[in-house]
Amino acid sequence: MTHNDPNLPAVEGDPIADPGLPAHEWRPTDVDERAERRAERQVATFFGLSVVFAILFVVAYFTFEVGEDADTLGGFGASTVALGGTLGLALLLIGIGIIQWARKLMADHEMVEYRHPAASSEEDREATLAALDAGLQESGIGRRPLVRNSLLGAVGALGLPAVVLLRDLGPLPWSDDVVDPENGGGLEHTLWKQGERVVRDVLGTPIRPSDLEIGDLVNAQPAAIFELDENGHHVLEGAPLQVAKSKASVILLRMEPDDITHGRGRENWTVDGIVGYSKICTHVGCPISLNERTTHHLLCPCHQSTFDLADSARVVFGPAARALPQLPLAVDDEGFLIAQSDFTEPVGPSYWERG
Amino acid sequence: MSIDTSKVAKSNATTAATAKKPSRAGGVATWADERLGLAGAMKKNLRKVFPDHWSFMLGEIALWSFVVLLLTGVFLTLWFNPSMSEVQYQGSYDQLRGVYMSEAMVSALDISFDVRGGLLMRQMHHWAAMIFIAAMMIHLMRVYFTGAFRKPRELNWVIGMLLLILGTLEGFTGYSLPDDLLSGTGVRAADGFMKSAPVVGTYLSFFLFGGEFPGDSIIPRLYIVHVLLIPGLLLALIAAHMLLLVYHKHTQWPGPGRTEENVVGYPMLPVYAAKAGGFFFIVFGVTALMGGFMTINPVWKYGPYDPSKVTAGSQPDWYMGWPDGALRIMPGWESEFLGVTLSWNVFLPILVLPILLFVIVLLLPFIEAWITGDKREHHLLQRPRNAPTRTAVMVALMTFYGLMWAAGGNDLIAIKLDLSINQITYFMRAAVFFGPLLAFWITRRWCISLQRHDQEKLLHGYETGIIMRSPEGGYSERHLPLAPARQYTLTARDRDEVYTLESDVDHNGVPAPGTRANRIRARLSAWLNAHNVQKPTREELEAAHHHAEHEAELQAGLDHSADGHQFDGHHAVEGEELRPRH
Amino acid sequence: MLLLGLVMTGGLYAAFSPATAQQAQTDAQLVEQGRELFLVGCSSCHGLNGEGVATEREGYNIGPSLVGVGAAAVDFQVATGRMPMASPSHQAPRKDPVYNDEEIAAMAAFVASLGPGPAIPSEEDYSVDGLSEEERQEAIVRGGQIFLTNCTACHNFNGSGGAMPRGGYAPSLKGVDEKHIYEAMLTGPQAMDVFSNGNIPPEAKRDVIAYLKSLEEEPEYGGFGLGGLGPVSEGLFAWLIGIGSLVGFAVWIAAHSTRSKKDKVEA
Repeated sequence: MTHNDPNLPAVEGDPIADPGLPAHEWRPTDVDERAERRAERQVATFFGLSVVFAILFVVAYFTFEVGEDADTLGGFGASTVALGGTLGLALLLIGIGIIQWARKLMADHEMVEYRHPAASSEEDREATLAALDAGLQESGIGRRPLVRNSLLGAVGALGLPAVVLLRDLGPLPWSDDVVDPENGGGLEHTLWKQGERVVRDVLGTPIRPSDLEIGDLVNAQPAAIFELDENGHHVLEGAPLQVAKSKASVILLRMEPDDITHGRGRENWTVDGIVGYSKICTHVGCPISLNERTTHHLLCPCHQSTFDLADSARVVFGPAARALPQLPLAVDDEGFLIAQSDFTEPVGPSYWERG
Repeated sequence: MSIDTSKVAKSNATTAATAKKPSRAGGVATWADERLGLAGAMKKNLRKVFPDHWSFMLGEIALWSFVVLLLTGVFLTLWFNPSMSEVQYQGSYDQLRGVYMSEAMVSALDISFDVRGGLLMRQMHHWAAMIFIAAMMIHLMRVYFTGAFRKPRELNWVIGMLLLILGTLEGFTGYSLPDDLLSGTGVRAADGFMKSAPVVGTYLSFFLFGGEFPGDSIIPRLYIVHVLLIPGLLLALIAAHMLLLVYHKHTQWPGPGRTEENVVGYPMLPVYAAKAGGFFFIVFGVTALMGGFMTINPVWKYGPYDPSKVTAGSQPDWYMGWPDGALRIMPGWESEFLGVTLSWNVFLPILVLPILLFVIVLLLPFIEAWITGDKREHHLLQRPRNAPTRTAVMVALMTFYGLMWAAGGNDLIAIKLDLSINQITYFMRAAVFFGPLLAFWITRRWCISLQRHDQEKLLHGYETGIIMRSPEGGYSERHLPLAPARQYTLTARDRDEVYTLESDVDHNGVPAPGTRANRIRARLSAWLNAHNVQKPTREELEAAHHHAEHEAELQAGLDHSADGHQFDGHHAVEGEELRPRH
Repeated sequence: MLLLGLVMTGGLYAAFSPATAQQAQTDAQLVEQGRELFLVGCSSCHGLNGEGVATEREGYNIGPSLVGVGAAAVDFQVATGRMPMASPSHQAPRKDPVYNDEEIAAMAAFVASLGPGPAIPSEEDYSVDGLSEEERQEAIVRGGQIFLTNCTACHNFNGSGGAMPRGGYAPSLKGVDEKHIYEAMLTGPQAMDVFSNGNIPPEAKRDVIAYLKSLEEEPEYGGFGLGGLGPVSEGLFAWLIGIGSLVGFAVWIAAHSTRSKKDKVEA
């Protein structure tokens, strides 16, 4: 190895000469046989204890019940804690033992190995380049641009089948398969429609305005979510149910009618101070229901967009850009809360075609 | 490990151990070599030398936690059912029995409550994932701060960055699988992110979800990405990363006998194999202990995903936290033009910013190489202080990351420190711009003053803490020269060169091509290196030592016992030469 | 000192009031006793007759009217130590109660007499003890779903609490009496929404409480709960304990072991 290698730095003007590797110093285990045997016993003890914990793991596996009557250990799930503890210690002790073996008993003379430049030798590189050249020459790829370019075109065109193959991953967002104003299909429609009853989420019971006191916040859904068929089964379940809920969830808040600042054209969208808004954040779509009763500010737990429910749910803070869509409310003949119509704008996060 | 280590130990110093009679291991090796012909390749690699330093093991944490991920992940796949079909839960967890949920969630609950060791494996898998990405990041920082990314290792830097981003995606796809409330909320947000993409956003969302969010395709799709596609890529890239490491040989810290041309350390077999293998068991063991004692992602408390439910503290795993923070502090900007909507408030922080930061970090080695024009290979590491601007750039980036990260936990910071979310957000909006600048400035000044301190020690020796009184009654502190090995270590670095433009025009008076780029390069080069303290020349050092010796002679007087070596802890008193040698 | 005197008066009052006294008379006495306590402890903010003091600070009415808040509100606020507050603010932290049960009952009676409002729930309102095993199981499951729909947004999936705008927070639900959880839903204390019986029916409230108590009683299946705060605290522990200990091990592995001064004697 010479210092003239152009790929390696020549350390010029070094003020201090390299004193070279320091002399090797022995460890107690190298020079003292008792220390050596002690270290040996220590390492073996680590390995031995590891065996003990491995056995304890098996014992714990068969001892502690999981499932309905899971055993507990100091308020913890016994199985997980015992299995984790024994497995962890069994592994850790092997690791510590091996390291201790390496540190105390394996030879610890530092060795020197010489480096080589990452590049191949000049001759190798030249030979390879020559071979590459020869190969390219023989293929005629440079001389026959027609062949080359048409091949490039052909391989490039293969990208089309590859992309097209993915077309059926999902329907187009604006196709008739998706958009269905009647049943709330598509980004612009939800299950809400004229006369749709507003019901309590989870319970599915309809709501009379008089049920609610000032300050009551109701997490609500359209009645269609809980609709049963003649056999008593839910009409909506699985993915269609989730899709419907991801757009139709609303919150109702009853406040002093005087506190409400009605949006233009929304003067009769409330009933006795009850306002209804989409529960889906216009930022990225988290459901929001962290309402501060005293200020009627609604906060999103995901990114802290805050909306003023007394003022058309306009954004008062945070990254959201749009007010929450408002659900026009009314009361039906039986005195239950209903929607006057679907939302008048798409719910949830913005998208390119939203306009 | 049936190798007779006592023999190896004795022969380790200069020559390799010679097997006198074929051992059992030798027999197996011969059998294999007759079929595979590996001896040629293995003869060097079995005793390949690796330098020893704790910071060289950070990447190993990532490697071993990846192995833990593979092992625990395989266990989980035996029970996990990536299906979004709705079923009624009838398992062992009382509080959810009878609730309708996806089969994915049911199987996640079954793994947690009805498979012995299942919860342990789930928690180990999740902790190992967190550690995997954290270890990749501290490994990245180590490589950057010590200049280990320089030629010939730039490609390994690129591979490392790809590993980091793939690991992050792997983590995201993984924690989305159980279909619990938290993961569903994350997927919900991801749907919002995709929809914010200009022109194609809606289509992206519909294609990924197989229709409207959430549909019933997302979990099977994420699953196959999580267990096949990304792990395959990760494995291939990790293999390439390791092969390059072996080919380049590890970098080392400068020191006596450690040069650009050699690597000093312990042989692969047995010491490094033992240390690396032992470390694997330690990483595995620590993960098992964490999995056994620390709850992570208690899906049973979140319950199944329902688009109408949400929980306070809805956050992604830590490595997705910083873009989430960017989302939180972004003002609510949205443009409507020509009948379309562009949501800057989502698009910029979550789609543009992470890619931008990734590209910047990816390009750092290439930018630095272009500025310095350095084409040499580098195998000796640099102390962070000896590259003040580079160090400061990374600290600025870390500050940016950290502030974004804190912004991603602003709700918990607000509770724990009794602050207002709104004020934290306003503060962060400014801090993410000024914080990194301030951090850059402080770090660079700090590095340069550390360099000055080193220079001081080289030229004037270290402070012994011994106060000398001169015959005139003046007091001064005794300085002693550093040990030669230490002096060498401090000076074993290159002098930084600042690139200067020679002339803007070529010899015909025509503006030289590329002058604009060169002017920028010259300015950046001055920014990068002009402030650095360079190591002293031999003459400076000799002059300073001569001066010190002179002083010492004046001060030390006649009594050797006041020399000071005895008390500084660097020297044994007995048999020590009391006079400093020069 | 005054408080002590009141406590003793109250105690004596209770001890010596004739058991045979008529109900109406006791009620009147209770209200009267409550008024005295109220005048001393509450009237500076809520007015001499509980009509409130119209003082606004940062958009919050710091001395709201108590007409119509009902006995349930008093029982919740005073028995959880929220009232009297140390200083007027929109957040009333839970602390040790200042008044004893009888005083609270008296004050509740007084405030209830100001206007009709929700009464203090009785044990059968919030206890599932009377239900069969199967019904109880169903109640807990239903309660969980109601909890996750209506409550977790603020109080977190684990009942650990969460942040609200402008420095406010939703408190932790851990270790809160069943009765007080019920009253909180009924009355909407401080900035919390009201979940009146017309909003969430009484049985549903009972179910939510049953679910919360079942969470408190269930073992920590996966080990220490780490505060039950979700991924942020998990990430913190991954760094502190995971990376922290592993880097510690790495330092140990690479550290130079002790050296001997002796030379090796070659055998």
